[in-house]
Amino acid sequence: MSILAHVPAGSGQPASPPQTARSARYRFLPYLLLLPGAAWLLLFFAVPLVQLASASLYDPEGSLSTGYALTWAFGNYPTALQQYWPQFSRSFLYAGMALVLALLMGYPLAYAIAQKAGRWKNLLLVCVVAPMFTSFLVRTLAWKTILSDNGWLVGLLRDVHLLGPDGRLLATPIAVVLGLTYNFLPFLVLPLYASLERLDYRLLEAASDLYASPLKTFRRVTLPLSMPGLIAGTLLFFIPATGDYINAELLGTPNQYMIGNVIDSAFLVRLDYPQGAALSFLLMSAILAVVFVYLRRAGTEDVL
Amino acid sequence: MSRVSRWLAQHWVMGVALLVLGYLFLPIAVVAALSFNRPSSRLSYDFNEFTLDNWRNPCATSDMCDAVLRSAQIGFLATVAATALGTLMAFALVRHRFRGRSGLNVLIFLPMATPELVMGTSLLALFVAGGVPLGFWTIVIAHVMFCLSFVVVTVKARLAGMDRRLEEAAMDLYASEWQTFRRITLPLVLPGIVAAALLAFSLSFDDFIITNFNSGTTVTFPMYVWGAAQRGIPPQVNVIGTAMFAIALLLVLATMLRGRRARRSAITAAVPAPRAASRS
Repeated sequence: MSILAHVPAGSGQPASPPQTARSARYRFLPYLLLLPGAAWLLLFFAVPLVQLASASLYDPEGSLSTGYALTWAFGNYPTALQQYWPQFSRSFLYAGMALVLALLMGYPLAYAIAQKAGRWKNLLLVCVVAPMFTSFLVRTLAWKTILSDNGWLVGLLRDVHLLGPDGRLLATPIAVVLGLTYNFLPFLVLPLYASLERLDYRLLEAASDLYASPLKTFRRVTLPLSMPGLIAGTLLFFIPATGDYINAELLGTPNQYMIGNVIDSAFLVRLDYPQGAALSFLLMSAILAVVFVYLRRAGTEDVL
Repeated sequence: MSRVSRWLAQHWVMGVALLVLGYLFLPIAVVAALSFNRPSSRLSYDFNEFTLDNWRNPCATSDMCDAVLRSAQIGFLATVAATALGTLMAFALVRHRFRGRSGLNVLIFLPMATPELVMGTSLLALFVAGGVPLGFWTIVIAHVMFCLSFVVVTVKARLAGMDRRLEEAAMDLYASEWQTFRRITLPLVLPGIVAAALLAFSLSFDDFIITNFNSGTTVTFPMYVWGAAQRGIPPQVNVIGTAMFAIALLLVLATMLRGRRARRSAITAAVPAPRAASRS
């Protein structure tokens, strides 16, 4: 019965007339399915990048009202970089510091949920994502309350003399780095969890049976096996953190501004499109460079 | 003593994990508390006095409720479009072999790896160069673009994990292609599509950076909060934040409970399955 039933849908049968008609239809089907989405991505993701690149080479003398001329003004790049080097390097510095903090917090969290939580696993996982249910900006503003000068945290730190009597948290680099760590931590934890969850507990037992210390077990077994998740997680954390400027704006001062603040004001306040585009393109190239070096060092291209 | 240290060695990871979860929830608790606050002044972020006024009258500042409504509209449109386009792409990627597949995969992956700042500014450069007036529809276009990749990835994962034999069984039982799709494939993929839609909506509703560059004078909820941060945040913003959190959490917990119940009944229903499978 099942052999007969397979005939209409069959694949092993020699091609009969109705089947060639069907396969001809099927040859175009994937392109039809892909067309609208791929066109959208090309038109509103890829083409704009080309537009951004050309905008970065506009004549810097032009303006929005008089129009810009594409003069291949490569000089826009060194000029912009020279002017905004502090903000540019600060973006990578803050994002890097936040990444280190996030790894220190996120790894134990992901490990505990994956290996130690038992039946609470799903609930704890929801807890990792749940803070993102509230608006990003509202959460960041809540940090403003927590870190404020007359808040309990600053009071406590002053009492134990970790902070001078006039010491502040808000409007310092600490506040910005803390905010970045906080806002992007779930992006680090989720892929890391996915890797650690697949880790076979018996391998850890085997390591300790063979007299490996807990530290050695971690270094030689757990860490290498969690590498794919670690790489994906660090990228998912680092890329948006470098491009973020909400934390610097709300929790810092102009002294903590990152490159995003500069780009935002170039496009929306100063209306200097060539410079904004050049900085934007530089940011993307720098992030891509960091990512590629990192992937090479980490020895895997699976993530792409 | 050694028992204490052994207990510590066993449980310190969990302890750290719970502390980190506390860190993650601290701002949420603050938002919830501030939603019951009567601030002492416009620019004050500190807790002053308990009140229910903000909850009784969430639209006291009507600008804010307009912005929330606009965000919901944009989120809805972007979700419908991105989910439709993304689901079609996911089907093509999982079910068909075709030329240009790896190039397409890169095109889908890249928007997720590009900083929002770059996507926002490049779209702005395109719209300005093309003379497109910025506003509601440019925001929708941008949101569909960055939600699309997430939809494709989510639906693809569900489709790839699906048992093809169920569809083959339906065809064996003389179901037409359309019937098979309608009665077998779609119900099985639906949870993935729903998850993708929810993800798309939350991404769209909460987006600030890309919206900021492409909104012109249109104000979404994140844009409103951004602007208000300079002028003084009305406490009702925290009401919206708390409500969003509560609604989303209830939704997720409800689906989790339903999933658990469904799995249990699926297990009882599947008990005779091994015999049927061994017959083939």
